[in-house]
Amino acid sequence: MPSTDTPDPVIELRRVSRRFMTPDGRSLLALRDFDLTVQRGEFVAIVGPTGCGKSTTLNLITGLAQPTTGGVRVLGRPVGGIDPRLGFVFQADALFPWRNVLDNVSAGPRFRGRPRPEAEAEARAWIQRVGLAGFERHYPHQLSGGMRKRCALAQTFINRPEVLLMDEPFSALDVQTRVVMQDELLRLWETTGSSVVFVTHDIEEAIGLADRVYVLTARPATVKAVYEIDLPRPRVLSEIRYAPRFIETSRVIWNDLRHDAIAMA
Amino acid sequence: MASSIQALDAGLAAPDDDELERAAARAHRRYRNKVRAWRVAIIVVVLGAWEIAGRTRAIDPFFFAMPSLIAAKLRVWLTTETPIGSLYAQVWVTLQEAFLGFLIGSVMGVIAGILLGRNRMLSDVLTLYVRIANSVPRVVLGSIFVIAFGLGMASKVALAVVMVFFVVFANAFQGVREADRALISNARFLGASPLQVTTSVVIPSAMSWILASLHVSFSFALVGAVVGEFLGSRQGIGLLIATSQGTFDAPGVFAAMIVLGVIALAADALLTAAERRLLVWRPAITTER
Repeated sequence: MPSTDTPDPVIELRRVSRRFMTPDGRSLLALRDFDLTVQRGEFVAIVGPTGCGKSTTLNLITGLAQPTTGGVRVLGRPVGGIDPRLGFVFQADALFPWRNVLDNVSAGPRFRGRPRPEAEAEARAWIQRVGLAGFERHYPHQLSGGMRKRCALAQTFINRPEVLLMDEPFSALDVQTRVVMQDELLRLWETTGSSVVFVTHDIEEAIGLADRVYVLTARPATVKAVYEIDLPRPRVLSEIRYAPRFIETSRVIWNDLRHDAIAMA
Repeated sequence: MASSIQALDAGLAAPDDDELERAAARAHRRYRNKVRAWRVAIIVVVLGAWEIAGRTRAIDPFFFAMPSLIAAKLRVWLTTETPIGSLYAQVWVTLQEAFLGFLIGSVMGVIAGILLGRNRMLSDVLTLYVRIANSVPRVVLGSIFVIAFGLGMASKVALAVVMVFFVVFANAFQGVREADRALISNARFLGASPLQVTTSVVIPSAMSWILASLHVSFSFALVGAVVGEFLGSRQGIGLLIATSQGTFDAPGVFAAMIVLGVIALAADALLTAAERRLLVWRPAITTER
């Protein structure tokens, strides 16, 4: 059990760059001199223009991609393969369509070798917690987009990940559902104390959710600026978006981003 | 005022809906009956024309048979026996060969498809040979099998296996390759081992591909069994056809063909039922309940 008072960051990217080889043999720089640190229990959001390499940073943290130069340390050691202490919520639907809600949520514990009754009991508790009680026997295609996201959150949170990585998880939802799900996420996160890296292209979403917001430049992405968001917690997204400090912060970030947004468009 | 509007609503809307539904149901029934009528009409015209052409000697029924002769032949086979013994015994033998070949061939095909689909190196090395083997007309192998395994069931089963294997293999391989990357990553993050990824993500997602291939491949197994019997055997529908051919019994060939068709259709219905059970999670099927 690592002591919680160590100052060691949970995630540390040091001067990382990442180069891709395109199929026609050209090399493409996706990330350049990228620095990122996430402390234990911290909620970090990464914002940048579309296609700038935000998802690449997540792949570096999971080990799905190796840095061309620089170093990545996660939970105190260099990244190598998928770490069971990490949780990942995808942009697209990644629920297993042939499993009902109960079997989807209990998948993690089952994969990790827990006996079925135990896994299902815990899954039911999480299904309750995300507000899907009564839908245990429904298949994903019988649920709405928001309900599928609830199921995906339960599926990830049941493993109690120390690090939670989220790749634009709510971008496919309509605006009202998105706000509901953002509040849901904050509520769940506040009970678990995991560290979160949340990738989004939505600046308001980033400010509303995160303790710190990393703003990236257009490709090759590098950190343009880091903003500390000192809005009080617990937050309620549907209210906080009208707070003066929220509006002020988003104005500052919008101004900083404008040039890149224009360049990309 | 309000109540009069409600009354108006009730007076107009309620019977209207009923009337519309009834009309829609009537239209649907009428359409279905029309389809059925056309189907019957076509078969009656075709068989009728054939019968008339035969009876008027426009075509020679000795070579081309006639529906009435075929029906008579079938009746004889069903009630007494065929030139090579009871019809049921022949059907049973062919069914056994086709079913064994289907079973072995599809299991081998699924296993090979999953192995090669999951292992990049293995598939890069072996696909060349699979493609070569696939391009050879497989029926020719029947001769080898008859030489190697004799006139008994084994040679027919072997031919059916070869017929089935490639179809199922190709589909299983494709299905494994098409498995959603996001689902696989999700399973990995949830803690699945590579074996668990295969059993709980890759195989279920390849299932609809595999089942689709099973539909086609039972008739392939039947072809394998019948051709094998044709090439050399002591019993079975294929031998019945070969015997009918040898005695210039054209109605016999057609009658055997009808028996084969019935078997293939029955097998297809069974597979459809199995598929419905296995793929309940798919939208199109569950919403109908």
